[in-house]
Parts: sequence; structure tokens; C-alpha cells
Amino acid sequence: MLDYNNKNFVLMVEDLTVSFDGFKAVNDLSFYVEPNECRVIIGPNGAGKTTVLDLICGRTRATSGSIAFKGQNLLKMREDQIVHAGVGRKFQTPSVYEDLSVFANLEISYPKGHGVFGALFFRRDAAVRERITEIAEMVFLTEHLGQKAAFLSHGQKQWLEIGMLLIQDPELLMLDEPVAGMSVAERRKTADLLNRIIADRSVIVIEHDMGFVADIATRVTVLHQGQVLSEGSMEHVQNDPKVVEVYLGH
Amino acid sequence: MLPMPIKHSFMTRRDLVGYAILAAIIFIVFPALLEPFRLNLFGKYLTYAFVAIGLVLCWGVGGILSLGQGVFFGLGGYCMAMFLKLEASSPENTAIQSTPGIPDFMDWNQITALPWWWEPFNSLAFTLVAVIVVPVVFSFIIGVAMFRRRVGGVYFAIITQAIAAILTILIIGQQGFTGGVNGITDLRTLNGWDIRTDEAKTLLYFVNGGLLFAVLLIAQFVRKSKLGRLLIAMRDQEDRVRFSGYDVANFKIFIFCLGGAFAAIGGAMFTLQVGFMSPSFVGIVPSIEMVIYAAVGGRLSILGAVYGTLLVNYAKTSFSESFPELWLFGLGALFIAVVMAFPNGLAGLWSEHIEPRLMRLWPGATKGTAAPDAEKTPAE
Repeated sequence: MLDYNNKNFVLMVEDLTVSFDGFKAVNDLSFYVEPNECRVIIGPNGAGKTTVLDLICGRTRATSGSIAFKGQNLLKMREDQIVHAGVGRKFQTPSVYEDLSVFANLEISYPKGHGVFGALFFRRDAAVRERITEIAEMVFLTEHLGQKAAFLSHGQKQWLEIGMLLIQDPELLMLDEPVAGMSVAERRKTADLLNRIIADRSVIVIEHDMGFVADIATRVTVLHQGQVLSEGSMEHVQNDPKVVEVYLGH
Repeated sequence: MLPMPIKHSFMTRRDLVGYAILAAIIFIVFPALLEPFRLNLFGKYLTYAFVAIGLVLCWGVGGILSLGQGVFFGLGGYCMAMFLKLEASSPENTAIQSTPGIPDFMDWNQITALPWWWEPFNSLAFTLVAVIVVPVVFSFIIGVAMFRRRVGGVYFAIITQAIAAILTILIIGQQGFTGGVNGITDLRTLNGWDIRTDEAKTLLYFVNGGLLFAVLLIAQFVRKSKLGRLLIAMRDQEDRVRFSGYDVANFKIFIFCLGGAFAAIGGAMFTLQVGFMSPSFVGIVPSIEMVIYAAVGGRLSILGAVYGTLLVNYAKTSFSESFPELWLFGLGALFIAVVMAFPNGLAGLWSEHIEPRLMRLWPGATKGTAAPDAEKTPAE
């Protein structure tokens, strides 16, 4: 049985299985994330990478297994409760509110006024503005605060969504392909940004760009058909013959 | 050193001008130009605007399309009608009935005692509370049942429409308790004050206008609060809102209940001004018409909803006086035209075409108004 109070790990995933009409997208998966670790999950398409993030943040319900985050059983919690526990999730396609300004996008993610009446009487005080300006600067969007999010470039939308997570200050940050569709220059800036923000929190990243992975990963988990194929340092994984065969070799 | 956008005041100068123009139309232009009969008619139109404002918040801003707002309009209206009917059914007024002192339709249906759930409607205070509370509790139950299960979009629209149909059938079927298809008619006095006179109708018109502005300001407050921005966010990216730590269902339930409360106030004012309430204001057709008012006005514009309601109703009255069978086709065509050609309705026409021209004509003179101008509304 899983020891929910194990202090050595921020996140413990054990024997996790999810079955969609008999197809096991994630099959008996176990892995552990340490505090301040940056874990990168790689694997071929359909390996179950995004499904793992969906399971952790409560978007998909597990068929069996357990997920423990800081002593709490995430499988029993609602999505918004998981967020309040300290798990933030960025989606693969940039999910920002296109009809709202960049400022309002960040404001909605500010961790205050989450109830109906809290939101109704939410005041944009100095602390809120300060925090939003600070985050906007981190994600290179200071100039764009007043703009509708719809007018941002693809890369800027990705940054905005990362900013929306940062403002919540989650202990575990999950990023699904944060540099997909970015130019080389944007990629470099993003790697830089991630290296700064992962310093004091645990991060799980899904990514295909191996150069980028090598840049940020503490450890790498390779998924294949819903199971862990290999796990360890970037070097270890790259030299694992099983990994070369199913993934890197192609 | 913050860039400009960050101010979100409750009402910009632009909004203020829009509200002032509407207030002038409702409180000065209409009463000055219209004889009491027509004024009462416009008062009736404005009771639908309460529903349209609620729909702007639910549907336009929040993306929750309800095709059953007539239910809440009707519940509010029936609560008010029950009180008025009891007052009109005093034993002296109903002495010729086999059971004096109960509403006439009950007597016709061989009911010999007032049903227990009619009793509290002897009290005006209870009735005024019930006008709001009954529809809100009902919308809360629907909201919890639907939104907690994450029923949304088309499914929600269809279910609300079914509820409108069910309630109509229930009211018609329970003739002895509800007055059936004729509704509750022959309403006379409110606490002894005769509501059928021209003076009473004019006063009620102004009360209605005052309540409409109260509702408009509440809607404006909600729209400009963070909750208003959250509704837009939910409409576009529901999952992102959920994974930003919000329990999305609560917000949907809240805005649906608020829309229900607005509709209920409109319904009660309808009963007072028109003097009866019947199932024909509850069912599917009126509920869809209410959505069309909001669509024609521009489903994102609170003020637009009022103009849309006035325009469509005025067109309906004029049109159906001359070609009664054609009206429904005209309404359908209007809806298609709005959706295909003017997705932002009158408010969109105004802000995209008319306002820029005005600004060019008188640069600096007006900082612009928020909604379609007086010329867009049918005044006589």
C-alpha cells in the first residue's frame, strides 16, 4: 500500500491503470517525483504521456492504482481541489482566454476569489497588479498586458499560459509540450524561462525536442504503450537499447 | 508604470451615455409621446427585456443557452397573479359561486376549498418574496442537476426547452388549481388599489422602468466584475478555468439563477400591467422568442437586449395586426438574418457602423454611446 506521508517524494504514482473500453492507455504505471526535480516524459505518439497528466490533474479518472501528492490522495479530489492542493497543468494546445486581455487572463489565474461571491466582489488591488506585472515580465509579455490574448502569436500564447500557471505558484507544475510550434529563438527563451521557474518547484514536462529535454531534465521517463520503458538520466536513457529501438531510432 | 488597459471601472463614460439615453427614452420620450394604451403596451414589451438581460448574461457572456426562460417569467408572473386573484375573489365579489371566496376557475372545476399551497398567497409580503424565491429555487435545482453533471451546450438547451413544455402541460392539465389554458384572469386590485385604471397603468409603467434599471445596473456590475470575465473565460476555455482552480458548475448555477430571478421580476410586472397570466407565456414559443430578443439586441450587450426586445415586439404587434399568419415566418427570418448577417445584433450594427460615422461627423463631440441609439428603436 502506498505511504501517503512519504516525505521523500512530492508525487507518487503507483500501479496506475486507465482503460478506455478495454484499451489500456496507461497500464500499471509507477513513478516517483522528488522535490525540486524536473522530470521529462518522452515517448512515441500514443504512449500515454498526455493521459498521465490528465490522470494526475483529475481530468481523466483512473481505473485503478493510486496517485499521492504531498500526503493527499488525488484520485479522490475534484479538479479545482487538486489545483488548490498545488498542482498546475498546462495544456498541449495553448489554452488562453482569447476574448480577454493578457492582464485579465493572468488575473483569473491569480489565486484569490475562487468562489462565486469572491469573484463577484474581487478587487484589483495593488498586490494583484504587482504580481501580474511581475509575472508578465517573466514571460516576456509586459508590452502586451492590455492586448486581447487572441492577437498574441502562438509562442506568446504558450508563454501566457505558463505565466497563468506561475501566478498560482504551484508546487508541482505539469507542462505538455511547452515549446511545440515555437521558433528557434522562442525555444531558447522558453528553455531559459523554464530553467528559472523550475528552481524551487517540481516539474513534469512532456516534450519531443531532445535538445530541449537535455537542457532542462533532471531525470527522464520513457513511456511506451502506457508503461515505463526506461527511466534515469538523459544519458542513461539515450543509451538504453530498448529506447533506441522504439523511439529514438526512428 | 502599468500600461493602460488595467482600469476596469464599473461604468465608463461611454456606458454612462448609453444608460442616460435609454433612461431618457423610457422615462421621458415614451411617456411624452404615447397615449396610456400604447404606453401600457410598451410597458409590457419592457417586461420581456428583464428576461433578455438575463439571457445576455447566461448565453451571450456565459455561453449557457436556455430555451426555457419562459418558465421563470411564468413562475414569477403566476406568483403575482395568485395574490391578485385571491384579492379579487373576496367572498363579496364571488357571492354567486357555489363556494364563495375562492377563485372563480376553482369553483367552475368543482373545487370547494382553497388548496393549501394557495393559502400563503393571501399575504402580499409572502408573494413579493415568492416572486423571486420560487423561480430561483427552481432554477437552482435545474442548475445543480445539469451543471454538476456537466450537461451543457445543446443538451442543456433541449432540456430547458423540455422543462418549458412540461410546465405548460402541467399548468393546462391542472385546470382547477391553475386556471388551465385561460390562465389566471380578471385581476383587479393590488392591496385595494385598482390596477386597471389609466393612472395605475402609467404608474406601473414607471415602477417597471425603475426595476428595469435596477436589473440593468446589477447586470452591469456582474459583467464588469471578475465573475463577468470568468464567464467569458468559461465560454471559451472551460477546462482552463477548471484547472485554474474554479468549480465551474457553481458559476453556471449562479448566473442561471440570476437570469431566472430577472425573468421572474419581468413576469410579475407583466401580470401587474397586463392584468392576467397564462401558460402561453411559459412554453416553448415564448421562450424562444425571448432568446431572439437577446440575439437581435446583440447577445453581448446588456443595453442592446432592451432595444432588441422593444424592436421585435413592436414589429410583432404591427406585423401581426396586418398579417397574423405571417408573423412566425417573419420572426424565423429575423432570427436567421441576425445569426447569419449580424451576429452582434443591433449593438454590433451600432458600434461597427453608426458610431464610427457619428464620430467622424462630430469629432470630439461625443465620446460615443454604448448601444443603438434612439433612432433604432421604434418610437411613435
